[in-house]
Amino acid sequence: MFSALRCVVARDLLVVMRNKSDAANTLFFFAVVVSLFPLGIGPETALLRAIAPGVVWVAALLASMLALARMFAADFTDGTLEQMVLAPQPLGVLVAGKVFAHWLVSGFPLVLMAPLLGLQFGLEGDAVLMLVVSLLLGTPVLSLLGAVAAALTLGLRASGVLVPLIVLPLCVPVLIFGAGAVDAVASGLAAGPHLSLLAAYLLPSVVFGPWVASIAIRIALE
Amino acid sequence: MSSSINWFKYSSPPAFYPLAGLMAPWFLALAAVLTAAGFYIGFFVAPTDAQQGEAYRIIYIHVAAAWMSMFLYVMMAFWAGFGLAFNTRLSSMMASAIAPTGALMTFIALWTGSFWGKPTWGTWWVWDARLTSELILLFLYLGFISLQAAIDDPRRADKAGAVLALVGVVNVPIIYFSVQWWNTLHQGASVSLTKSPSMAATMLTGMLIFALALWMYSIAAVLMRVRSIILERERHSEWARKFTEAAP
Amino acid sequence: MKWASIGDFIAMGGYGLYVWGAYLVTVAIIAAEIAFLVARHRAARKGSQDS
Repeated sequence: MFSALRCVVARDLLVVMRNKSDAANTLFFFAVVVSLFPLGIGPETALLRAIAPGVVWVAALLASMLALARMFAADFTDGTLEQMVLAPQPLGVLVAGKVFAHWLVSGFPLVLMAPLLGLQFGLEGDAVLMLVVSLLLGTPVLSLLGAVAAALTLGLRASGVLVPLIVLPLCVPVLIFGAGAVDAVASGLAAGPHLSLLAAYLLPSVVFGPWVASIAIRIALE
Repeated sequence: MSSSINWFKYSSPPAFYPLAGLMAPWFLALAAVLTAAGFYIGFFVAPTDAQQGEAYRIIYIHVAAAWMSMFLYVMMAFWAGFGLAFNTRLSSMMASAIAPTGALMTFIALWTGSFWGKPTWGTWWVWDARLTSELILLFLYLGFISLQAAIDDPRRADKAGAVLALVGVVNVPIIYFSVQWWNTLHQGASVSLTKSPSMAATMLTGMLIFALALWMYSIAAVLMRVRSIILERERHSEWARKFTEAAP
Repeated sequence: MKWASIGDFIAMGGYGLYVWGAYLVTVAIIAAEIAFLVARHRAARKGSQDS
């Protein structure tokens, strides 16, 4: 079972390596969106420091949304997804592999880039660290919830607009706990409760996300 | 075996169609009577509130609509889940029929909440826990409706919608909790919009009667809508032609 | 609750705009929903006849 998982992850990463621009686009989008806020609001440092956690988090959410369509779309059109459904390995495991690969390409880079953007907004050391930790816990949830939404909208014309509408309301708790953790540290409070709640949201998502997504894939392929 | 009840007699769309047609007008009538009663008690029996003056009378409809919006979402998820689990068409049709009414209830809750907030707290919108949760609930309804609208095959639409509704219903308490938490963290000691006046018994009665009235109305609206859905989906069948020829 | 006059009832202690703004829009939405449902049913009936 683990070899199947490794196989799926390796294949998806190989596909991305051949089209590096896809992965890079997510990062560029992230950076561009974050940079728009000071331009729209003004360069006053105190204000920017106050809104930094929320802005970086929302931008990370939106950047993750962009990449979601790619998760199953290519495999759906060329028939690979059907093969996966018919394979002897549990579909949930294969889907987990695809979600992990998606996160490695579209979620994890955001975590790595976040400190730079946080510093741009004047966040200090501890807060920047918390930004990284909260995004590290939160971006996998985005990939997992996004997998369900992507599976539900497989092959639909309007999937580009539909996926954000479906996923973003469900991501509200992650946004609140994640940005809240950074806010807490920036104000000198403890972020323990926020991180615990984030982790509490992450664990069921990891356990149930791939399963629900595989149900949705079977529905789409009928 | 004439004494056994066939529980599943009405679970086929052709059997449910006339039953729903019979029931809907009664529920509408009940809703009208309850509305009149609630209006009388709410506006002619309940006294003026000491702090909020007459403006508090908006809560009758605001709270009733908010309750209905949440109740209908749970009902929608229930029927969708039932349809997904047991592959029954009518259950899924009920879920699809509930969604628009639920969304409208949510909108009414938001609109009336806003009109209550302006005179009492000074702004048309307050990011308090309940209004913000209602807003997210509206997005959840719209997501369900849009997803079903985007899928051409009705059975796929039923099942995909069911998955979304079930994921949503599990998330709603979490979303509500997180928004409440967010609200208390950021607002601290300031009072929230949802703090109702200390309820005189008559005020509470008015609110409950309005809630019942909206519930009866929702049932009527859902029954009417499911009749249209049944006809739309079954329009090529013989029973549909016969039924729609016979009586209006 | 005794209202001194119909004028008082409509004015709602100065909050008339808000109270009636809330209730009238609600009534309008519900009336519109019923109207839409009736129209939709009529169209569905017609659709069953044509096929």
